[in-house]
Amino acid sequence: MSIDRRTFLALLGASSLNLVPALEAKGASKHFEGYPDSYGILFDSVRCIGCRRCEIGCNEVNDLPLPEEPFEDLGVLDKKRRLNERAYTIVNKYHPEGRSAPVYRKLQCNHCLEPACASSCFVAAYTKTPSGAVIYDQSVCVGCRYCMIACPFNVPAYTYADPVSPRIMKCTMCYPRIIRGKLPGCVQACPNEALNFGTREEMLSLARERIKGHPDSYLDHIYGEHEMGGTNWLYISGVPFPELGMNENLGTTPAPKLTSGALAAVPVIAALWPVLLGGIYVMNKRRDTQAEQEKDQAVTRARTEADEKAEAKLKAFKKQAEQEKQEAVAKAVHEAEEKASSQTDEES
Amino acid sequence: MSSDARQAGIKPGLTPLRIIVGLILVLGIIVTVLRFTTGLAGVTNLDHSNPWGLWIGFDLLCGVALAAGGFVTSAAVYIFGLKKYRSAVRPAILTGFLGYALVVVALGYDVGIPWRLPYPFFVQAGPTSFLFEVALCVALYLTVLFLEFSPAALEWLGYSRLRNLIVKLTLVLTIFGVILSTMHQSSLGGLYLIAPSKLHPLWYTAYLPVLFFVSSIVAGLSMVILESTLSAKYFNRVLDKSHQQEQDILPLGFAKAAALILLAYFFLQVISLALDNDWGYLTSGYGLWYCLELSVFVLLPCFLYAVGYREKNLRIIRFTSVLAVIGIVVNRFNVSLVAFNWHLPLSERYFPSWMEVVISIFLVTLGILAFRFIVTRMPVLFEHPEYRDSH
Repeated sequence: MSIDRRTFLALLGASSLNLVPALEAKGASKHFEGYPDSYGILFDSVRCIGCRRCEIGCNEVNDLPLPEEPFEDLGVLDKKRRLNERAYTIVNKYHPEGRSAPVYRKLQCNHCLEPACASSCFVAAYTKTPSGAVIYDQSVCVGCRYCMIACPFNVPAYTYADPVSPRIMKCTMCYPRIIRGKLPGCVQACPNEALNFGTREEMLSLARERIKGHPDSYLDHIYGEHEMGGTNWLYISGVPFPELGMNENLGTTPAPKLTSGALAAVPVIAALWPVLLGGIYVMNKRRDTQAEQEKDQAVTRARTEADEKAEAKLKAFKKQAEQEKQEAVAKAVHEAEEKASSQTDEES
Repeated sequence: MSSDARQAGIKPGLTPLRIIVGLILVLGIIVTVLRFTTGLAGVTNLDHSNPWGLWIGFDLLCGVALAAGGFVTSAAVYIFGLKKYRSAVRPAILTGFLGYALVVVALGYDVGIPWRLPYPFFVQAGPTSFLFEVALCVALYLTVLFLEFSPAALEWLGYSRLRNLIVKLTLVLTIFGVILSTMHQSSLGGLYLIAPSKLHPLWYTAYLPVLFFVSSIVAGLSMVILESTLSAKYFNRVLDKSHQQEQDILPLGFAKAAALILLAYFFLQVISLALDNDWGYLTSGYGLWYCLELSVFVLLPCFLYAVGYREKNLRIIRFTSVLAVIGIVVNRFNVSLVAFNWHLPLSERYFPSWMEVVISIFLVTLGILAFRFIVTRMPVLFEHPEYRDSH
C-alpha cells in the first residue's frame, strides 16, 4: 500500500477532526443520565408504617428462604439489620431526635445508573439493563466478593455457608416481573403507597410534587437523584437521611469514574516501560563496553609504548656495541699496523 | 559440593521446631478440609459487611508485595547493570515465584468457587475492574517467574540445551517482569479506589496505586536482605564462595536504595495528605495510628537503612529489613482491614478467626518448606559447576 504525502495529511486531518468532537463530548457530559424510560421506585419514609409487608412480598415472589424470626414479629425492627443472603429487602426503625414517632426506612439495592458492582466485577457478572434493574449472573461468578467491597450502599450479600456454589444475593428490582409489566413484589405489597413504581422521571416528578405539596413534612432532598451519579431507587423523607442510616457524603461521582482514570494509566506502563528499561539497559551496556574498550586501548597503548622504549634501548645498545666493535677493530688494526711497522723498523 | 554431602547436613530426628512445623501442617490440612466442606462460613469471620479478611489483607496484599524481590533484584542486575548482586537473583526469583504461587493457592481458599478462577480470561472478561488487571498480571507474572527460575531446575535436571535457550531470554523476561510487576503492584492499591466511602480518608488517596508500587520496591529490597541473612544462617552449608562474599556487599547497596525509596514514599504520603487536605484527621485516633505508621514504619527504617549504609553496619541493616517488612504488613493491613469500614461500630468490624490465621501460617510454612527443598538441591545459593561463569 502506498500513501503519498497529501493523502497522509488528509487522513491525519480527518482523524484528528473526528477525535476532537469525541473528546469534547466526553468532557461535556457530566455522567450517564440513565437509560431513557428506565423504571424507578420511590420510597417515602413519611408514609412508611413499618409493617414489613414489603419484606413478605419480596420473600414470596423471589422464593427466598423464610427468615429466622417470622415476618409478623415487628420487634425485629428495633434491631439494626442489614441486607443478607435470606433477604433482598429489610425495613429498619429509627428514632430521630425531637420526634415522638419512629421513622422507618426500607433498604434494598438502589440500582445505580452506573453501578459500582458492575464496574468492579472482573467477570462482568452484573448488567445494568435498560429497564433500570441491575441484575447478577451467578453462572460466571467466581465469588471474589469485590462487588461487596465496591458497593457504596453495602447491598450485595453472600451465601458464605454454601461450600459448592456460593453466590451473591441481591434485589433484582424484580427484573423478571417488571419486564412482563408486573409490579415488583415489595411495591405490590405496600398498603400505604410508601412505595411507588413508574419511570424514573415520573418518580422524580412525584417526589417533587410531594415535597412541594407538604413542605412541612418533607425535606427538600431526593436521595438517589444525584448520589453516586444517580440511582433508580429514590427516597424522600421528613428527617435528615443520615438519621435513617443513609450516607449523605457519597458525592455525585458515579463509581466507574473513581477508577477509570487510574485504570487508563495502567497501559501507559506497558507502552513506556519497555522503552525506558530497554534504554537504561542499552546505556549501561554501552557504558560497560566503552569501559572495556578504553581499558583495552590503554593496555595496547602501554604495551606499544613499552615495546618502543625497549626497541629504542636495544637500538641504542646495538649502536653502542657496533661502535665499540668498530673502535676495537680499528684499535686492533692500528695496533697491528704499529706492530708491523715496528717490526719492519727492526728488520731494516 | 555433592548432593549427598548437602543432604548429610540434615540430621534425622524430632526437634522442637519440627514438631511445631508438623503441628502447623496437620492443623492446616484439617482447616483446609473444613473450608471446602463447610464453606467460608465454617472457618472465617467474614460477613456481608466485611467480605475481605485476612486471606486478602495478608495472603494477597502482603504476599504480592513481599514477593517483589524477584523483579527488583533481576532489574537491578540485568537492566541497571549492577552485576555485583548477581548471586542474589536466583534466591530472589525463587522467593518471588513461591510467593506468587502461594498467593494463587490462598485465593483458592478465599474465592467462593476457586475452579472458576480462570473465568475472567476464558469465559467472560470484566476489563473495567482493577481486579481483572490484578488477575491478568499475576497470572502472567507467575509464568514469567516460573521461566526465570527454570534454568536452576534445568541445571539440576541436566537439560542444558533448554536451559541455555531460556537463559538467552533473560533480558526480555526481566523487562516483562518489571512491566507486569509495576502494573499489578499498583493495581492492588487501585482496588480500593472504588470505595472512598469505606476507607478512612487518611489512607484513601488517588495515589494509592503509586504508593502500593513504591512501597513494594522497599518490600522487595528488604525481603532480599532478610532472605539472604536467613539463608546465610540456615543454609550456610550450601552457599558457595561467591555467594558468601556477596552476602556482605548486597545489604549495603540494597539498604541505600531502600532508604532513598522510603524517603520518596514518605513525601508521596505527605503530598497525598496535602492534596486531599486531610490534615484535620491527624489529631483523631486514626490520625495517631497513621502518624505511627509513617514514623515507625517509614521514617525510622529510612533513617536506619541510611545509618546502616553509612556506617557499613550489617547488623543495623538486617534489623531494619525486619522492621521494613513489618511496616509493609502494617500498611497493607491498615488499608484492607484497620482503616476499611472505619465508620462501622466496633461490633460490626472484622477480626480474623483462628482458622483463618492457621491457613495463613500454613501457607507461609509450605512456602518455607518448598524453599528449603529447592535450595538444598538446585543451584540457587551456589553455582552449578558445569555452568560456572556462563551467565
